[in-house]
Amino acid sequence: MFDLDDLYQEIILDHNKHPRNFGHLAGATHRAEGYNPLCGDQVKVELRVEDGMVTGAAFEGQGCAISQASASVMTEALTGQSLAEAERIFGRMIALLTGEAEDPGDLLAELGSAAAFAGVRDYPSRVKCASLAWHAMHQALAEGPIEGRTDDPAGGPAGTPAAESGA
Amino acid sequence: MREATAGARGGAAAGETASEARFDVEAVREDFPILHRAVHDRRLIYLDSAATSQKPLAVIEAMDRYYRMHNANVHRGAHRLSEEATTLYERARAHVARFIGAAEPAEVVFTRGTTEAINLVANAWGGANLRAGDAILVTEMEHHANLVPWQMLAERVGAEIRAIPIDDDGRLELGALDRLLDRRVKLLAFTQVSNVLGTHNPVAELVAAARAVGALTLLDAAQSVPHMPVDAAALGVDFLVFSAHKMCGPTGIGALWGRRALLEAMPPWQGGGEMIGRVTIQRSTWAGLPQKFEAGTPAIAEAVGLAAAIDYLHGIGMPAIQAHERRLTRYAIERLSELPGLRIHGPLEDRGGALAFSMEGIHPHDLSTILDRQGVAIRAGHHCAMPLHERLGLPASARASFYLYNTESEVDALSRALLQSREIFGLA
Repeated sequence: MFDLDDLYQEIILDHNKHPRNFGHLAGATHRAEGYNPLCGDQVKVELRVEDGMVTGAAFEGQGCAISQASASVMTEALTGQSLAEAERIFGRMIALLTGEAEDPGDLLAELGSAAAFAGVRDYPSRVKCASLAWHAMHQALAEGPIEGRTDDPAGGPAGTPAAESGA
Repeated sequence: MREATAGARGGAAAGETASEARFDVEAVREDFPILHRAVHDRRLIYLDSAATSQKPLAVIEAMDRYYRMHNANVHRGAHRLSEEATTLYERARAHVARFIGAAEPAEVVFTRGTTEAINLVANAWGGANLRAGDAILVTEMEHHANLVPWQMLAERVGAEIRAIPIDDDGRLELGALDRLLDRRVKLLAFTQVSNVLGTHNPVAELVAAARAVGALTLLDAAQSVPHMPVDAAALGVDFLVFSAHKMCGPTGIGALWGRRALLEAMPPWQGGGEMIGRVTIQRSTWAGLPQKFEAGTPAIAEAVGLAAAIDYLHGIGMPAIQAHERRLTRYAIERLSELPGLRIHGPLEDRGGALAFSMEGIHPHDLSTILDRQGVAIRAGHHCAMPLHERLGLPASARASFYLYNTESEVDALSRALLQSREIFGLA
């Protein structure tokens, strides 16, 4: 059972049971959805970006403990970070999950709670679960502010809610 | 090519009681090399046969022998190897025909599997016979393979898809047929046994209802042919499809059975070698049945493997296999029902050996990972039946599925591993 404890660490089980920042985020400026059709895991990530800083993050969704805890931990890790820093953490996290990190020790120190997901790299079928919310967040930032996408007065295709763009 | 090797373990000719008494699961297990390997330092407990079954030595060796001794292309050369390969391939077709009660081997078309067989009917029969305003009737419990090809066809010709609903126990609501089945329905396509819930559907009733409005029937037998005696003629369906890999055979081959008159009236769906009569630069004529539907070099070694799988299953006896799985499924339902937080989906009686369940507080994927570390292989997800899960209000489910080589002690191990997952999640 030891190796399972590496995956299902206390912190992950705790975030799964008591997800932080679960629900709709007031004043959200960025939004994207992640969906894994293979297993049905889904997550909607919302961010509030003000003056280049992430001042709020929240998620909604359903799925396995790994995907939900990962989203929960992510919202905590991002809040208070600059956009550049958020992108950097994203890159580090993906490297950790896929086992591509050159110096995982360094990474673990840097990622805080998110480092609890280091065990996932030994479970190839679960890497997508752990990275789902992170990819959605990355996409939300890449797509830019919601306003520019939905309320585009120049007339983008009407009736295409931004939240569906990642589904 | 060879006599069945498993004849000693069950009498195909014997009645159910006799074969049940003679069924020796430990002897059966000896026939499956993979069951002796370890997973994460545990004995492998393979409970995912509804996804694909394991293969007995007889099948592995038959394919090995084919490649070592007989390999050549079929229906082409006049040389010795080609004749041998052709004989083996056509004998496999005759084996399949006998096994599923086809009137003649020519009614059996080899395909890549169940999915391709359904696509063949959707394209060849559907393309020629379905018009705008027509309807195809399916059920809410269909595998995506028996839904998506009909959607693609319906989209192309402007037809409509209707679905027979299920009740909360996972049985078809036959009362809805009055409303759903009318003269616009040209085909009723349904599964004999649900790959998720294990539900046995009432084939005779459905066939009678379809006939009453002049609709044809296609039976998805992917989860029935491997597990119980199936007789296409007796069932009265018009098309029947299944895969070899779920019945101890290799991947990459399956079959479509159809009534001769229907198959003859259908145009081919793929063009190429093998399926032609005479070819000129401008046009071609088609071969007769079944070659008309088998363009290109077929899966010859796989056909030989399928024939060996049929020999193997027949040697043990389908009634004996069905009786064993019934006992085991009943036992599993008893054991799993004892577990706190565990809910079984689907009917508890008159069912097949696919057993979907949920554990309160633990997502099926987490269950699957935890069980895997105990050597227990189950499936987690939507099992290619998203509409069914939507109907049941489940984002996903866990599924254990049984076959002739599974034992009660394996069910016990599943039960123990499920309890352990509760401990890990702090639910004990």
